[in-house]
Amino acid sequence: MKNKRTLFHIVKREALPWYQAWMIRGAAILLALIVCSLVTVMVTGLNPLDLYKSMFYGAFGTERKTWVLFQKLAILLGISLAVTPAFKMRFWNIGAEGQVMAGALACATVMITLGNKITSNWLMLLIMLVVSVAAGALWGFLPAFFKAHWNTNETLFTLMMNYIAIQLAAYFIIIWEVPKGSGKIGMINQNTRIGWLPYIGGKQYAIIIILIAILTVLLHIYLKYSKQGYEIAVVGESERTARYAGIKVEWVIIRTMILSGALCGFIGMLLAGGTDHTLSTDIVGGRGFTAVMVSWLAKFNPIVMILTSFLLVFLQLGAKEVATSFYLNESFSEILTGIILFFIIGCEFFITYKIQFAKSGKEA
Amino acid sequence: MLNFLVTFIPRAIMQGIPLLYGSTGEILTEKSGNLNLGIPGIMYMGAISSVIGAFYYETFTPKGMMNPVLAVLIPLVCCLIGSFLTGLLYCFLTVSLRANQNVTGLAITTFGVGFGNFFGGSLIKLSNAEVPAIVLGGTSGYIKTTLPFANKLGWFGQVFLSYGFLAYLAIVIAIVASYILKRTRTGLHLRAVGESPATADAAGINVVKYKYVATCVGSMIAGLGGLYYVLDYSNGIWSHNAFGDRGWLAIALVIFTIWRPSVSILASILFGGLYILYLYIPTGTEMAIKEIYKMFPYIITLLVLIIVSLRKKREDQPPMSLGLPYFREER
Repeated sequence: MKNKRTLFHIVKREALPWYQAWMIRGAAILLALIVCSLVTVMVTGLNPLDLYKSMFYGAFGTERKTWVLFQKLAILLGISLAVTPAFKMRFWNIGAEGQVMAGALACATVMITLGNKITSNWLMLLIMLVVSVAAGALWGFLPAFFKAHWNTNETLFTLMMNYIAIQLAAYFIIIWEVPKGSGKIGMINQNTRIGWLPYIGGKQYAIIIILIAILTVLLHIYLKYSKQGYEIAVVGESERTARYAGIKVEWVIIRTMILSGALCGFIGMLLAGGTDHTLSTDIVGGRGFTAVMVSWLAKFNPIVMILTSFLLVFLQLGAKEVATSFYLNESFSEILTGIILFFIIGCEFFITYKIQFAKSGKEA
Repeated sequence: MLNFLVTFIPRAIMQGIPLLYGSTGEILTEKSGNLNLGIPGIMYMGAISSVIGAFYYETFTPKGMMNPVLAVLIPLVCCLIGSFLTGLLYCFLTVSLRANQNVTGLAITTFGVGFGNFFGGSLIKLSNAEVPAIVLGGTSGYIKTTLPFANKLGWFGQVFLSYGFLAYLAIVIAIVASYILKRTRTGLHLRAVGESPATADAAGINVVKYKYVATCVGSMIAGLGGLYYVLDYSNGIWSHNAFGDRGWLAIALVIFTIWRPSVSILASILFGGLYILYLYIPTGTEMAIKEIYKMFPYIITLLVLIIVSLRKKREDQPPMSLGLPYFREER
């Protein structure tokens, strides 16, 4: 009894060369895709080849579908980028959903209340930008303030803030609903198009994609090469080291969360002013939560985030297509997203650790 | 006034029961140091598993041939299996594979909610049954069975005895969970694991086992909340996303009750009441205000969270290692 030995034990690896780590991740994603298609084939009875055809059609089938794909990719990537500075600091902000919602709500407020008063679209867009960013920043500031001063649990705080923002939006939606009793606002400023983001070359989504591309580059530079980015990394690694090095940790926490919240607010403006031109309670649609996973799984690397976001959005649109053509429920895409995420989450273990089996007969 | 209370309290309790299941399950889980944000998904899993079980039993059993015992047992067992497996997946990823708890939890929620809504919306098509919608009236009837003399006792019967057995089970589970956490050695060990796994490990407590058991049992309890909602509260009718954000409300309750299942019994009824308060408050033409009422549970929870962190009383704090992974080798 006393000689009980474990069959194996787990040891931390030396850092893997990057190509090996990527091979493990690639294998995990491949495995996940196989499981996804098995599940889909089981549910629909389709043969796998037709399935992939159908999924590709859902994502790239028409010009319109392709634009939608890239727009959705841009938004998800944008929110993922927005939450990244806070995560790098090990601040568990799961309130992106609420921060984006706050931005979208603020943006819609401006569009509705000032829609008849301001005729210059550029002035309008400027006000929208300032107000949305401020609203998002406020939603980010509150949890950071309490975390920095009283160590209030930020995960739970930001979680509650989500629903406060959503209920606030629900309140204003009923106030502004058109027609009364419909529970919907409808297109805001449909005739004047005041406060709509400009179309570039006749394409509605082009501006969003361009803006997010710029944001990606800027954030990468900010995190990697700026002094503030360095401070964030130090606070994330060890708060004590940061204090010892003379970094004002409280201020870094608050400043970073204001930045995260402000970026989320900006995405909210893109949603309300650029894609939807309206406000609904599911305008963010859980992407605030998905972004948390995208950012974390990409190890805060913006380039990897592009790939992960693409994978998730592609699956989502593809699954939607499959579901619609089989009269199945649209939530099918969430099941596939879940499966993919489980595999990516799980594979990190094999990158960080290795399993050593105890050799028989020898003492470990 | 009395009339109002007699109609309001039972509705508040019925709203509160799923929250009570969810929060009791999550408290057990969090006491082991696992912050399981997958609870909303797990409650959906519990709900849809029970619905799938009941649907197959009810649809493919000739009318009037249903066995009451089986009609209750089948959904119950399916629900427990479904939520157990989801909890096990969470444990496997976070405890064995040492993945980040928040990310894993959110992935579980995405998966669980999607799974629930997908099968809830597609079950009829997939099973080729010839029914227009998922209406499990028979099963629900058995699960809702109340004491035969309940409605003869006037207001007393209506307020205290008008519920199906699952409502009482929720309260019993909460009391038992409280007792185990506070008064037994197992509870002491569990709390030690949640506060300081390294210390617990040094004292010879099997940290991994405690984390697994607490999280899986917690998930099963939370799953029952989903079952109660569909098969009792909603009379066995599945509608898309009807369960809504109750899972997150259950997590809010955990903070609100400062990690005490026994407090959760009354607190969940309070939250349930707040959830439906807008139906009873005369709003006149101002329909929008009801959305503000629905915000109350979250604001109150937020206030509790802030106050608790301001007061810094040790017994009110979240478990010390909440959300943190534990690797023995990294000490």
